[in-house]
Amino acid sequence: MSELVAPATVAPEPLIDPSKSFADVNREVTAPLERKPGLLWKVAFGAAVSLVLLMACVLTYQFRVGLGILGITHPVMWGVYITNFVFWIGIGHAGTLISAILHLFRQRWRTAINRSAEAMTIFAVMTAGLFPLIHLGRTWFAYWLFPYPNYRFLWVNFRSPLVWDVFAVSTYFTISLCFWYTGLIPDFASIRDRSTGWRRAIYGALSLGWRGSERHWQHYERAYMMLAGLSTPLVLSVHSVVSFDFATAILPGWHTTIFPPYFVAGAIFSGFAMVVTLLVILRKVFQMEEYITLQHLENMNKIILLTGMMVGYAYATEFFTALYSGNQFERFTFMNRAGGPFFWAYWTMVTCNVVVPQIFWFRRFRRSLPVMFVVSLLVNVGMWFERFTIIVTSLHRDFLPSAWSYYKPTIFDWSVTAGSFGWFFMWFLLFCRFFPAISMAEVKSVLWSAKKAAGKDRVRAKETVHAS
Amino acid sequence: MLRNPFAKPAPTRGILALYEDPDRLLNAAALAKEHGFEGVDAYTPYPVHGLSEALGIRKSWIPYVTLVMGLTGAALGLTFEIWTMAVDWPLNVGGKPFVSLPAFVPVMFESGVLIGGTMTLAALFLACGLPDLKRPILDRNLTNDRFGLYVPEYGPGWNEERILRVLRGTGAAELKVLRG
Repeated sequence: MSELVAPATVAPEPLIDPSKSFADVNREVTAPLERKPGLLWKVAFGAAVSLVLLMACVLTYQFRVGLGILGITHPVMWGVYITNFVFWIGIGHAGTLISAILHLFRQRWRTAINRSAEAMTIFAVMTAGLFPLIHLGRTWFAYWLFPYPNYRFLWVNFRSPLVWDVFAVSTYFTISLCFWYTGLIPDFASIRDRSTGWRRAIYGALSLGWRGSERHWQHYERAYMMLAGLSTPLVLSVHSVVSFDFATAILPGWHTTIFPPYFVAGAIFSGFAMVVTLLVILRKVFQMEEYITLQHLENMNKIILLTGMMVGYAYATEFFTALYSGNQFERFTFMNRAGGPFFWAYWTMVTCNVVVPQIFWFRRFRRSLPVMFVVSLLVNVGMWFERFTIIVTSLHRDFLPSAWSYYKPTIFDWSVTAGSFGWFFMWFLLFCRFFPAISMAEVKSVLWSAKKAAGKDRVRAKETVHAS
Repeated sequence: MLRNPFAKPAPTRGILALYEDPDRLLNAAALAKEHGFEGVDAYTPYPVHGLSEALGIRKSWIPYVTLVMGLTGAALGLTFEIWTMAVDWPLNVGGKPFVSLPAFVPVMFESGVLIGGTMTLAALFLACGLPDLKRPILDRNLTNDRFGLYVPEYGPGWNEERILRVLRGTGAAELKVLRG
């Protein structure tokens, strides 16, 4: 295989260098797992854990004295916590989109990025799941959210979107975990077979004794396809259900039928931005540039451009509907969003989500690492403010002007928000250190296609030489 | 040791031919089928397309599990919602009907996906006999860069020489006789 040379003509850019061998894939992907972590990793991990500890302290205080330490007060009873919940759930969606939907559409460029994107999904849902729980007045009764036989003979109300949310988010977490683990099994087996001692025992246990028998691959591929097929409607349902939390309320600014598709598009938008942020760092720190190529990042930037325009369209539709409805409350809410006390949040959202991604019309910027890194950060800032705008500006001036007030998050709100980032990055850093960040088995199948394509080109080149 | 009670014992005696690329393995698999070798299996680092056809392995039955379990989960979810909301304790919430079918759709759907998905994974474990940590590993490179064709020993009529003769012509990088 080593005699294969690079193709003379490169029609579509290859997703991976065809001169690599299968063994190179195993060696290079598992390299970060087999060496001691660098200083950068340690500093990042230390910072993340510090933020988690900060959050733990604030939450302990909050559990002792109550939600009064937060900025929420009448009429804004949903604030930064719920904003964070919707934000983190949204982040997770890109992972499922990459792993399931792109799999069903046979987009083979997903192979290098699906593992880390799925990991991002799991950790984002773990982060999101914290917020409804800590937003409960009495977190220790969180199990009341589930229907279980109890001495009060009470059931949860299945007509409530908040109950749908419990089912949607817990199902989403479980199925994402199943899907991720299924993908990891062959790779754990690869690591088991190249290690000795305790590493072999641990990765061997994680691989469950996988050997790569064709009889097993046959089942494996079908099961993977089925999980992808289930995840696709699931991911669309999860953010739709999250949007129902708002859309089924009668509050102007929330009570609108555009919310489910608008929320799903926004979720994919912010999730892809987070994938770009993470991968730009990951490929640099773990020397994965040959696997996560500019081509992969460019494809993701195209999706950011597309979904950015979709949310821009949703903002315009929402505004137009409010003005055209003839409903004065609806109209007031939207004028208040753009020109009221929270105008800065609204215009941050519009600038970051609609204006900034337009730079990706230019191929040069789609392929520039510094540009895409900054854009991906700005998109996430914008998407955080989108949720903040929807939640807070709709609430802060409701039906009774005597109740109007300005919402000011406290230091505790911000500490927990920072802590949620620490929590997310703590898990992600552990993942990069102990799990293969790229799906070795899937990359090998793409590598073989690349080799065959290169081989054919080589034959064609020879034929041309003969002909001339 | 952790072991799935349904796992079949894996054969440990036989002949293993190791190839450097999947195309040679595909040819060898077709040849093995032509010669009527029994119980032939292939071991590959990633799923190679066309291999199960070459070996004559039947299609997986897992999609039926997903379908049946998904529908069962959805039915259970809906039944539970109707039972709790309309039978066990009918509670009037905002004048809505006790059986509010449109409002029951999200939880019904999520239950279907939850049961369908987890049972798909369970079916995969069952089909592949996972977990089974005691199974011997035929060759460490089979999860790395080697593609193996495995002809297990199948009884008194087993002719080692004949099988080796056939496999020698297939361009194998290595031929191993396992007597484990």
